[in-house]
Order: sequence, then C-alpha cells, then structure tokens
Amino acid sequence: MSTLHTVNKSPFTNGALLSCLKHCKPGDAVLLIEDGVYGALAGSSVAGAVSDSLEDVTLYVLGGDASARGLDDDKVLSGAKTVGYDGFVDLVVDHARTQAWL
Amino acid sequence: MSEGPYTHQAADTAYQFVKSALAKGHEVPRVFFYHDGVNVSSRLSVPPQDERHIQKNWSALAQEHGIDLVVCIAAAQRRGLLDANEAERQGKDANNIAEGFRISGLGQLIEMGIQTDRLVTFGD
Amino acid sequence: MSNIKKFLYVNRKAPYGTIYALESLEVVLIGAAFDQDVSLAFLDDGVFQLTKGQDTGAIGVKNFSPTFRALGDYDVTKLFVERESLEERGLSEGDLQEIVYEDEDDDWAEKPSIKIVSRAEMADIMSGQDVVLSF
Repeated sequence: MSTLHTVNKSPFTNGALLSCLKHCKPGDAVLLIEDGVYGALAGSSVAGAVSDSLEDVTLYVLGGDASARGLDDDKVLSGAKTVGYDGFVDLVVDHARTQAWL
Repeated sequence: MSEGPYTHQAADTAYQFVKSALAKGHEVPRVFFYHDGVNVSSRLSVPPQDERHIQKNWSALAQEHGIDLVVCIAAAQRRGLLDANEAERQGKDANNIAEGFRISGLGQLIEMGIQTDRLVTFGD
Repeated sequence: MSNIKKFLYVNRKAPYGTIYALESLEVVLIGAAFDQDVSLAFLDDGVFQLTKGQDTGAIGVKNFSPTFRALGDYDVTKLFVERESLEERGLSEGDLQEIVYEDEDDDWAEKPSIKIVSRAEMADIMSGQDVVLSF
C-alpha cells in the first residue's frame, strides 16, 4: 500500500524534498505544494535528484501554486504531472496514507 | 492544521483542500488546529478589505457542512486564544475564539486518526 | 473488538529553536491513552531531540528531554532513530540519552526503547503505518 508524500518548502532553503525522496518506496507519489513547487524546476541544482526518483515515484505539482509563482509548464520537469485541489483529494484517497514533509 | 494564518500558506491550502474534498462528496468530520494554527480561530482578525478573511472562511465552511473545528487547548492557552469558559477559569478579562471553533484536547486529533480513513497535515 | 491502528509520529526538527519537538511529544503523551500501536521516528534534525546533556538554564526555557524517559511508562517503547541522520550530524548512538522500558512479557526486564535503523529501514517503517503525524 503506497504513500502520498506532500512537500511544501523550497528545496533550495529546506532539506525536506531531498529527505522525502530518500524515504520513498516504489509506487509512492510526491505532491509538491506551496513553495514546494520550486522543487519541480527543470535545470535546477536538485533537478537531477528529482528526475532520478521518477523511476520509482510519480511526481505531482499543485497547479494553483505553480501558476501563483509564475512557473509555466515549460519551466517544470517534463516528468511532473500538474493537478488541481481536486486532484490532490484524489491522490489522498488513492494512497493508503498521506505523509507531510514539513 | 498546524500553522498560523497569513504568515504561512498552510491555512489557505487546507481550506482549498477541504472545499474540494467536500465538493467531491467526501466527509470531513473535523479539522484540528495545533501549534500556531490555533490563531486561525481568533475572532479579532481584521485583514485588509481586499484580502481573504481566513477565520471567516473557515467558520462559514464549517457551518455550511457541519465540520467540527477544534482548537487544541494546550496550544491555545500558550498563545492566548481563550473561549468564554477558559477566560473565566483563567481569570482573564476577555475571550477571543470565533464562532464555529471550539476548544478541546489533543485526544480529538487522535480520535480522528482512529475513526477516519485519511488524515492529512497542513503545516510548515 | 478494538480497531488498533499503527500511528507514527515523525520528528525532523531540532528542539528549542521551534516548539514542534515539544508539542509533538505532548501529542504522543495524550495519544498513548488510546492504546494504539505507537512508534516515534527521529530523522534529519529530529535526532537532535534525543541528545543527552541538554541544559536549558541559560536560555530560560523548560528542558523537556527528561520526558522522553517517561515514554516507557506510557507503553510507548518504539523510538526509531535514523543512523544516516546521526552520521550526517557527526553523532553516534552514544550521544543520545538512554531511554528504556520495562518489558512486562519478560519479567519486567529493562530494554532500550531507542532502535537505530538505516534510512532504508526507516522508509520501510514509514510505509507500514496507518496514520502518520508530522510536526
């Protein structure tokens, strides 16, 4: 049974995203929300680590938070899927537990 | 809900999430406010006119959908959020909990972890 | 027939600089009364919560580290500490306070509550929980 992990802080100031990725199991999902959406930026210093994790986990970005911060699709890693709050709800339902990386 | 209003986005994200969950037909029986999240319950918040009123949004949503908004008593006491009973008990000359929120213990959080299918944390 | 769930309290923050460590412990203590299967996870800066020799006299805040030693009395006996998090911080098990519980199934023998686990084991522990509380 899989886990939905949520990350709400930028990986450039906070270790939460990288720690989260190191604790994911295959089949888990990681949803970036609030300032966490910056973790999906292509070409950043963490993009490599994030891309590597896509082998085992599915990466989601909360669209509203990305738009608020001016992150268009072309700035974001191609493996990341954008969802709205309704998609966030679906992810919580689809995974057995939700773990917030604060 | 573990962070205070305005300073952190958590209270807004939680609100949007709960609204979506309800719209999809899910039950949201309780929202538990902890750490600085207890500050969401203050009835004295006066944000600028063109900004969302976080406390009122929560109170209205709770009233419309029968959601139990619980504020942790220990966290609230530390941060100066008191309802009428608590204020009297503590000998304070004012109370500041908004309509729709009630003060209670941490057991209310654990109870929901046991009884519900999913528990989601919004914090920092 | 009671519905016993596996609860994991995740601690990733250092003590005193913020209140999360203290208030998370308060949830654990209250939660203990509900007779669930409780575990605590200490990783990243959360490992700092368990160091011995904490002396808060000069900063004027309550030293709550002794409270961890009372957890055994509340039947909270599984404190998982991540090895890699300790090593990254230049710490070893010897830097942590001794926390024990009395095993009623083994003639009340004193046993350590702290279990040092690898990052991979921590991930496995997390993936086996019903409810995860993060602070």
